[in-house]
Amino acid sequence: MLLNQFLLLGAFLFSTGVYGVLVRKHTVLVLMSIELMLAAVNINLVAFGAANHTVAGQVFALFVLTIAAAEVGIGLAIVLLIYRNLRTADLDDLELLKD
Amino acid sequence: MVAENVVFGIIAAAMVIGALGVVRTKNIVHAALYLVVVLAGGAAQFILLGQEFVAWVQVLVYIGAVIVLFLFGIMLTRAPMHPKESLDNDLRWPGAAVALFLAGILGGLLVKTFHADKVDIIAPTRTDAVTNAIFTKYIIPFEVVGVLLLGALIGAVVLARKD
Repeated sequence: MLLNQFLLLGAFLFSTGVYGVLVRKHTVLVLMSIELMLAAVNINLVAFGAANHTVAGQVFALFVLTIAAAEVGIGLAIVLLIYRNLRTADLDDLELLKD
Repeated sequence: MVAENVVFGIIAAAMVIGALGVVRTKNIVHAALYLVVVLAGGAAQFILLGQEFVAWVQVLVYIGAVIVLFLFGIMLTRAPMHPKESLDNDLRWPGAAVALFLAGILGGLLVKTFHADKVDIIAPTRTDAVTNAIFTKYIIPFEVVGVLLLGALIGAVVLARKD
């Protein structure tokens, strides 16, 4: 297997995640797009680790997984708080700091 | 060798369809389910690379916990299941341009840099090698991540409770 096929798959997933973060309106969907980007990074880490015959890639992929889980927990708590206070979770309606 | 590439192609196609589904679908629950396809495909790629431990951790943590958390988030924010208006803002074309630009740059650089590198799996990485590395060489990052998880736990409880 070529190393590049994994890296290009990761690059595609990352770009798709960037598109989702820029375009989606609902906060939960934006968080999902961020998860997409983190999954892409994980694929890169594990592919490099396998190519170099080291466990470092796997270990750091596990750390990224942990951070992602913590990020989703905190992120969804913040989204719930926003929804409870403003009765909406659409990013376009969150403009308190704008004016 | 050929069989590996065929399997890679099938999984990668499923992951691409799933990723496009996450950012394109009009139903939020479907987006979460498309995300399951992408993450399960990622776990399958890890197994293809001979890295079993991280594959099963991905299945447990992502598909088991994170997706359920997302579904709870969708439920608790009363996200519309059949929305009248689109879930996208009006930045669709600029967003697509940025994503295509990024994909082009990344892809070009990767092809230029790593066109000759190969992954040859001699044997799958055993779990004891990974855990030994975590508990010896990477013990300090491991402890730091543990403290970070504790902080995230307390923070989520403080944020989400009713007072």
